[in-house]
Amino acid sequence: MSAATAFRALVRKDVLTFVRDRRALIVSVLTPILIAAFFGYLFGERGGGERGRLPVAVVDEDGSPLSRAVGAALAADPMLEVEPSAAARARAAVGAGRLRASVRLPAGFGAAARRALVGGGPPAPVELLYDPSQSMVKAVVAGLLTEHVMQAAIGELASGAPEAVDATLADLRGNARLDPGLRADLVRVLEATRSLGTRPGAATAARGLAPPFALADVPVSAGPAYNSYAHAFAGMSVQFILFMGIDAGVAVLTQRQLGLWRRLRAAPVSRRTLLAARATATLLIALGILAAVYLVAGLVFGVRIAGSPAGFVAVCVAFAAFTAAAGLFVAALGRSVAATRGLATLVVLLLVMLGGAWVPSFVFPAWLQRATAFVPTRWAVDGLDAMTWRGLPAEAVLLPVAGLLAVALVLGALATLCFDWESDA
Amino acid sequence: MSLAVADLCKRYGAVEAVAGVSFEAAPGAILGLLGPNGAGKSTTIGLIAGLLRPDRGSVRIAGRELGGDADPAKRALGLVPQELALIDELPARVNLEIFGALYGLAGRELRRRCDAALDAVSLADRAADPPRQYSGGMRRRLNLACALLHEPAVLLLDEPTVGVDPQSRHAIFATLAALRDAGHTLVYTTHYMEEVEKLCDRVVIIDHGRVLADDTVARLVAAAPGGETLTLDYEPAPDAAAVAALSMLPGVRSAALEAGRLVVSCTDIGAAAPRVLEQLAARDHHCRHLESRAPTLEDVFLSLTGRSLRDP
Ligand SMILES: Nc1ncnc2c1ncn2[C@@H]1O[C@H](COP(=O)(O)OP(=O)(O)O)[C@@H](O)[C@H]1O
Ligand SMILES: [Mg+2]
Repeated sequence: MSAATAFRALVRKDVLTFVRDRRALIVSVLTPILIAAFFGYLFGERGGGERGRLPVAVVDEDGSPLSRAVGAALAADPMLEVEPSAAARARAAVGAGRLRASVRLPAGFGAAARRALVGGGPPAPVELLYDPSQSMVKAVVAGLLTEHVMQAAIGELASGAPEAVDATLADLRGNARLDPGLRADLVRVLEATRSLGTRPGAATAARGLAPPFALADVPVSAGPAYNSYAHAFAGMSVQFILFMGIDAGVAVLTQRQLGLWRRLRAAPVSRRTLLAARATATLLIALGILAAVYLVAGLVFGVRIAGSPAGFVAVCVAFAAFTAAAGLFVAALGRSVAATRGLATLVVLLLVMLGGAWVPSFVFPAWLQRATAFVPTRWAVDGLDAMTWRGLPAEAVLLPVAGLLAVALVLGALATLCFDWESDA
Repeated sequence: MSLAVADLCKRYGAVEAVAGVSFEAAPGAILGLLGPNGAGKSTTIGLIAGLLRPDRGSVRIAGRELGGDADPAKRALGLVPQELALIDELPARVNLEIFGALYGLAGRELRRRCDAALDAVSLADRAADPPRQYSGGMRRRLNLACALLHEPAVLLLDEPTVGVDPQSRHAIFATLAALRDAGHTLVYTTHYMEEVEKLCDRVVIIDHGRVLADDTVARLVAAAPGGETLTLDYEPAPDAAAVAALSMLPGVRSAALEAGRLVVSCTDIGAAAPRVLEQLAARDHHCRHLESRAPTLEDVFLSLTGRSLRDP
């Protein structure tokens, strides 16, 4: 009886305490809703125009009707954003992470592919360079390539261009490995095509045929072999160091509630000194965490700084400064501890997702991909990637570092301006 | 160094937390700032320490106003806040070192003063432990020690004995008395009148942000209406008519029954006491117990506000 009363009172105490903090309540309901909405939106069925396109290079070294047709089909594909390019330029762009992949159709591709399709010749070589940090891209581009090469090759035959049909008929008759029944059918189709100029369904002709090309896929980074841990370490370092920064800000709120902050202010130190000291401490802690995490990454997981060590340090310092400023910002604008922590955690999660640490950003809709260019966590992850596995020179991180430092300055200045010094005194 | 507070005002929305407080604290003396909860004591201390900006009024230390947060003159001030301002996770000694460094102390001098402060509050043997392993009284003592490191000329103490055991209170009082004797200026806020009576040379009584009295304890008590109070237990207790008759006697200001006990407030105890005893004996009441009490600050506060200090 009295145990039940006590139990009810205890439960009531905890529920009431939780519900009392309105901001915390709203945040804890809002967080799952917003994150679920975000993911649902990302992976949902939507209009094709909205989906982001993969930026890829097409390097056409063949110049044959077939290679041009394949290039045109790839360019017309709603999944791709095709940039015609030369081999060296395309490789550099993929290495720097600017393009996701590059498709190179080497000289002789067209003839080799046609022969392979019906004449039993070896498959035509096609080179696919891709960004190893987003290896899902490889499967997507390979799939699209197969589709477009098949359609283009068969379409070329079906178009009835006489020299193509003649060459193909010769190849077809000489191909002893093809099923005789199918060969006879194909020969009849081609002859009919030549005489009538009509086009049979590409799919009918393609049935039973193997793709006429062989894909040589090559992960590309300017540095040594791709280490999948490197990208994961960049993303997770960024996420958890930001969480630490938020905790630093929340600790200021707690200290203010406990009166410690007020006591510190009784000493002959300026407000700016107090804030700068807090930010510096956060910055040093962030650098310490980065150093420890990357030490383990290097020793245990083989992550290397293949780019510029100075650039790596610059990215680390800039990101640590951003973290410190974010912490101050939280300390300045936060009110209730629980609500502040909840809201800040939500913001960090969203920033980290937009930064591409959880899901590759090519699954984002186009507008969101454009938007992530302005997300500091993306700069940090990109900067760490650039200096580790991508092996890019220091110039590659100038922009991310400048961006991180600029945002840190703005956040720090806002925090200093908005800090309410009287409320705890 | 002297501390002079003139016409301090601080308002929080509709609440006038401090409404024109003025007083002076002299070196070599402990000034008590006495008032009930919410009287404005902590706000006054915050204004003196420069944590709050006053709406009006001034604070002068040795005749000079503080010039902002980083004014080196703040080194003359020490603050023992009402809330325990300790870093719970770090050893006591590290706490002291941090607070000392805030006032520019370093190296051997800092270590020496940490030792001295730990000794002063009898925590030398626990210096390596973090405050979260301390008792309430020990934390209070460490809270005090943190303010002593830089040997401030003016020490502001905001209810430094709340929740403290008698030994710790005694240790704190001994430390404060030693500081006074060494010529420091101490401002001691409390809502315990016994502490003021025991410790303070002068007392400023404040309520609703206003100063109600400012004098030595002895003079305030002497000037308070109402002198000695007699409390008597009678068997049987006198009835209302008998009590009313007592208040007519010479030397008696008033007489009343409080929880069955007879309470007689005297203007002249020498005249009142024998007559009260005689009159009740004559009516066959037997006196079981008798005590007399000199007037206290409690009476002073009661007469100033019509309320008891102990009321919430
Ligand atoms: N930060 C604040 N915001 C609003 N009201 C406050 C604040 N600090 C104190 N007060 C109010 O000012 C009055 C005086 O408070 P305080 O100085 O803490 O009293 P004391 O220390 O004597 O108990 C109280 O009514 C209190 O509620
Ligand atoms: Mg107080």
